[in-house]
Amino acid sequence: MDRFEFHRAKDPADAFRWSEASRERTGGGSYIAGGTNLVDYMTLDVMRPSVLIDINDLRHAYGRIERMSDRLRLGALVRMSEAEDDPVIHRDCPVLHQSLAQAASRQIRNVASLGGNVLQRTRCEYFRETSWPCNKRNPGSGCAALGGVCRQHAVLGTSEHCIAAYAGDFGQALIALDATLETLDGSSGRRRRMPFADLHRLPGDSPHLETTLHPGELITFIEVPMAPWLYRSRYIKIRDRQSYQFALASAAVALDMDGETVREARIALGGVTTVPWRAREAEAYLRGKALDEAAAAEAARIAFSTARAQPQNAFKVILGQRTLIRALRETAQIEIGR
Amino acid sequence: MSSGDADTVAVTRRDFLRSAAASSAAAWPVSAASTGTSGPVRASDPAGNLRATVALRINEQDHVLSVDPRTTLLDAIRDHAGLTGTKKGCGHGQCGACTVHMDGLRVLSCLMFATMAEGRQITTIEGLCHPGETVHPMQQSFIDCDAFQCGYCTPGQIMSAIACVREGHASSDEQIREYMSGNLCRCAAYPNIVAAIRQAARDMER
Repeated sequence: MDRFEFHRAKDPADAFRWSEASRERTGGGSYIAGGTNLVDYMTLDVMRPSVLIDINDLRHAYGRIERMSDRLRLGALVRMSEAEDDPVIHRDCPVLHQSLAQAASRQIRNVASLGGNVLQRTRCEYFRETSWPCNKRNPGSGCAALGGVCRQHAVLGTSEHCIAAYAGDFGQALIALDATLETLDGSSGRRRRMPFADLHRLPGDSPHLETTLHPGELITFIEVPMAPWLYRSRYIKIRDRQSYQFALASAAVALDMDGETVREARIALGGVTTVPWRAREAEAYLRGKALDEAAAAEAARIAFSTARAQPQNAFKVILGQRTLIRALRETAQIEIGR
Repeated sequence: MSSGDADTVAVTRRDFLRSAAASSAAAWPVSAASTGTSGPVRASDPAGNLRATVALRINEQDHVLSVDPRTTLLDAIRDHAGLTGTKKGCGHGQCGACTVHMDGLRVLSCLMFATMAEGRQITTIEGLCHPGETVHPMQQSFIDCDAFQCGYCTPGQIMSAIACVREGHASSDEQIREYMSGNLCRCAAYPNIVAAIRQAARDMER
């Protein structure tokens, strides 16, 4: 592990000062909250910041869950387990609760922050191991996963430069629910709002650029609108082992039903994608239809119509569709009593 | 090994680690200028390595340690505070052997730097009971149910299991398995671990 300076920020201004000061340094600076992803990648020399800025003391400002009349406002430093245990989220937002409860282990969720969770890096084996070429870790060096061991890799949103899968679960729920991010710009200190869907960049020809955040910009809040489809929602995660494992395929589904007919559908896919992934064409197809087996299967076919698989992960195109069909069918059957 | 052989071993591995930890802590004196919880960590040792002074409260005892900022909480607990009950398994947050409690919550001590744990209450397996006292109901339950074979994962299993019960996540075998999934056991003592937690959950309620 490279040497680094450690600073504990008292407030955002303090954090921005250290961030600004570290910008020209080799390796730059990095905020650290839970650290469950960053510390691991530092021990592996995958991430090599020369300055670490501990932002956990900012929890007094960004560590609360607030239920407003029209939205849920989550501080970015709320721990995953705090949101998982929140009775309102548990009762009114099943897809959020389930995406959190099925992520990592309880020990990791007890320290991992919501803001850090959405920014977690891929667990692509070639990204994790520095002796391999990797366009994400070392731009221009090539992609060892293409033609390599790529059973875990993505089939949607890939490019000829990168097929690494986005590892998160919570992000799929957020993108399905039209979540919004609030940030503070590290230079001006100004507040910025953006759709969560705009946070992640597709790999394209620059897979090392993963988000649209500016240098030093800090996610402060995540907001989820209290929409009618929130109550009838579900997250299904399929893995090699039943728990404590990243998804091979997952689906976040939220439905607003008029009897048997779909009024609105929200669909996101995980495990099979390079970024949190919204299946808008599949949603549009379902609008106004009865959600029977045939309609669910057609929606799943549409959702995967642009999939590009490698020989080793071609099974994910089928597994992903089956996961979505099951999620749609089970979500439609949820009884809601309000 | 017979008990006679044991008597001839002058220094046990545990004693060696304890004395090594004490000497490494003493080798680098703490300067007043480099203490304080939110100040920059800029002090260097004679070799030019950055040093951080970390005040950790472990098992209700204060430890002031001078460590390389790269030191994980796990390494600080084992190699600097000399508490070797907490085990290092994978060092990557994949096995749960290093589970300790921080402000009452179970966490992985290998996935955070020691500097991040300042001002927090750390409890390790050694903090569950003092020598001569009755062991914690979860420890007794692990003994009763034969919930281990080699024992390496056991301190992490027990710390995790106590938190699992306190969280209210031990209401069924299925729930215990889900909420204990972060603790791996290469000996696969899982059925006995689940039985031990079920039993201890009843004992801890009393």
